[in-house]
Amino acid sequence: MTRLCCFLVAAALSGCATQAARPAKTSAPAPAPATTIAPAASFYPSTYQPPPGAPTLIRNATVLTGTGTRLEHADVLLVDGKISAVGTALSAPASASVVDGTGRWVTPGLIDIHSHLGVYPMPAVAGNDDGNEATSPSTANVWAEHSVWPQDPGFRTALAGGITTLQILPGSANLIGGRSVVLKNVPSVTYQGMKFPDAPQGLKMACGENPKRVYGAGKKVFPSTRMGNMAGYRAQWAEAQEYLRDNLEYQKKLAAGAKDAKAPKRDLRLDTLAAALQGQILIHMHCYRADEMAAVLDMSREFGYHVAAFHHAVEAYKISDLLAHNGVCAAMWADWWGFKMESYDGIPENMAFVDAAPGGCAIVHSDSDEGIQRLNQEAAKVLAYGARAGLDVPPERAIRWLTANPAKSLGLESRIGTLEPGKMADVVVWNGTPFSVYALADLVYIDGALRYDRAHPEVAPRSDFLLGQPAAPEVTP
Amino acid sequence: MRARCLLFAAAPLCAALAVRGEAATAATVFIHDATVHTLTAAGVLQHADILIRDGRIAELGTRLTAPGSAERIEAAGRPVTPGLFGGIGYLGVEEIGLEPAADDYALKLGGAMRPEFDVSSAFNPDSVVLGVSRLGGITFAQLGPATEAGGSIIAGQGAVVRLDGEVAAPRALFIDAGSDASQLAGGSRAGEFMLLSQAITEVRAPQQLLPNDQRLLTPAGRETLRGYLGGTHRVVVDVNRASDIRQVLSFARREHLAIAIRGADEAWRVAPELAAAGVAVILDPLDDLPQSFDMVGATLENAARLNAAGVKVVFSFADPEPHNIRKLRQGAGVAVAHGMPWEAALAALTRNPAELFGVADRNGSIERGHPADLVLWSGDPLEVTTLADAVFIQGVAQPMRSRQTELRDRYLQKLRAHAAR
Repeated sequence: MTRLCCFLVAAALSGCATQAARPAKTSAPAPAPATTIAPAASFYPSTYQPPPGAPTLIRNATVLTGTGTRLEHADVLLVDGKISAVGTALSAPASASVVDGTGRWVTPGLIDIHSHLGVYPMPAVAGNDDGNEATSPSTANVWAEHSVWPQDPGFRTALAGGITTLQILPGSANLIGGRSVVLKNVPSVTYQGMKFPDAPQGLKMACGENPKRVYGAGKKVFPSTRMGNMAGYRAQWAEAQEYLRDNLEYQKKLAAGAKDAKAPKRDLRLDTLAAALQGQILIHMHCYRADEMAAVLDMSREFGYHVAAFHHAVEAYKISDLLAHNGVCAAMWADWWGFKMESYDGIPENMAFVDAAPGGCAIVHSDSDEGIQRLNQEAAKVLAYGARAGLDVPPERAIRWLTANPAKSLGLESRIGTLEPGKMADVVVWNGTPFSVYALADLVYIDGALRYDRAHPEVAPRSDFLLGQPAAPEVTP
Repeated sequence: MRARCLLFAAAPLCAALAVRGEAATAATVFIHDATVHTLTAAGVLQHADILIRDGRIAELGTRLTAPGSAERIEAAGRPVTPGLFGGIGYLGVEEIGLEPAADDYALKLGGAMRPEFDVSSAFNPDSVVLGVSRLGGITFAQLGPATEAGGSIIAGQGAVVRLDGEVAAPRALFIDAGSDASQLAGGSRAGEFMLLSQAITEVRAPQQLLPNDQRLLTPAGRETLRGYLGGTHRVVVDVNRASDIRQVLSFARREHLAIAIRGADEAWRVAPELAAAGVAVILDPLDDLPQSFDMVGATLENAARLNAAGVKVVFSFADPEPHNIRKLRQGAGVAVAHGMPWEAALAALTRNPAELFGVADRNGSIERGHPADLVLWSGDPLEVTTLADAVFIQGVAQPMRSRQTELRDRYLQKLRAHAAR
């Protein structure tokens, strides 16, 4: 009775940053230019390697490609970890394992850009509470990946819901919470073994009630108001601009052969903010109210950066044109509202409104270990409410809310999010339409490797934590 | 006009004709050609008609004749179910989470045990959460106060409320146990049973109390608790761990309490004992993770396994936050996807909670002579793409409007104006 769901904890204590992809920006991170400072991320590399395996041919399915197309009686061929072909009557290599897709639907792997799995893992005991470095309003120096516990049992239940890629964010207690990490949803002893190779990091920022509650009301320090929040971000950006300028000048001097060039003192917090100003770290911002999102967009112009996505964005429907005009995605729930004042105006058509604005970028996100298990159902609810309001969205478009659009906001749209040849073979085979309460993922492939099979639960190993516990035996429904 | 409005209740334009306050009287309504899930021995009636007159279901059957005065709703085979249960929680006693001034769901008098606390008197029938939830097909819910720091393991009482604003007569008593509440019992769950035993002793043997004894209960509290010791009024105990459920079963048998187990994430492990004791389980159909060490056995199959073992199941979210209780039917659908028979899942949202909380004469089934408490759905009521097309509470068609539809329509105009430019 006193238990809060993960979502509420996250909503109450964590702030989502905004990460908006620049329109038409390709996802693969560019090699660090000479002017880049502190390429520290290279010291924490991904060790993830997709296992080699035989090709897979999924035959005769309804395929939502993620590009806006729906194909009937279509085949999808996965070779060497990549989508090789999508079409009808494809021929399979002799070595291919063939999956009968009759009556089934195939979609790109689902992507959740707002998760706290691993940083707020199960069991939610104090010893596992690693999601909010709530000791200062700006902790841009912390990296979520250094909190991720790969044994969180929630990764596996998310996998059963078709999640193949997820962004783990710090919480929203702080104005600037720290760097995010993008993970492949594969079992691993280390987080490096899950880390999405060469994915840009994100920066989590938070608007509104959480920072002012945690600091002003809770700790009696700055900020205690929304105007304090804005002044807080701006002071950080101003500092980062100066730091960036000093570092770039230093590098210029070095390049010019100046012997007396003195390196500015390294600052981990400003390293992150400077990289964000340079567009190397994508900004994901937790923001509920329309007026606050508009203020943040002005601030992004003042300091010359781009917001990749507003997260939660329960009032996005009030400014869907403004968001579309700025090329900013909104990551939303279907129907959560009212758990705090800034979520009082939530409506279940929110996502459909954002989608309806020309150029709009709607994303389904979870912020919840329950919601992440059924992002497809979140979208399905919006389809029903949207249709009733005259905003009809076909399934082939709606699937983009949980595949192509989140991929774009992560700067990964050239690698995941659609079933196009050459992309990573992250694929879900559903027992029917995914836009149903009865939908279940039958098979989940990540880079062409079968990672979840509903008929063979042992394919996906359970967390170390559950070994030797009176956990429920798994029965195939 | 009214009948058309019901027919096209989905359309904002038409629904705007029926705003709250104008629909307070029960009209005679004829629902034609519905698939009626009665939740009675009559089962499912295909191509059935329902005549609602004077607020009651006057007729229920096939090929009925509509009185000329009746407003007609063409169901065209769509499903009609009893109005849904919204679970146990804070409906009408929490307008906004995280805002203490807008919340009344918990008593925090410094740890005093006050079973006489009845949260129902704080119920606000004008809470906008009611309107939002009605549109989700919810017609009744159980108020359950919270156990929080500064309170006691006996959270207090709550009534069934109907989403037309009525507070029903029966009360239930809510007790929190297991690891959630142990900090209110000296830091040990064993302390919870110790305190409960002491409180019951104060009621049963007041003559043993000496003036200077440290007492848990006030005279009013003793009087209240006495009402729950006879086994006629419902006592809901919130526990999740299998061993805690066994302890509660044994405690309830000893003290003659008419209990239900709430939370109950590991109840499937104790299913035969629950079935033998005839104890119902109130569970969250979406719980499947070890949120705490009390829930290591959580599984999406909890409901299916309990139902198969003959345990009466009721759905309620573990989180008592009221704003999104319309999501509960999604949970029921998920339970079906994980092995629960569809009919049993619907019963866990209708008949079972109505029986458990003593309001089966008005809620939870569709029966001739009963007040009309029912919902016409656009499709399978457990499906996420289905919406409620019409909602009747105590015979009165509810306006298909809420604060959320007002917001929607205001900004829909803006969206369309923008698109037209």
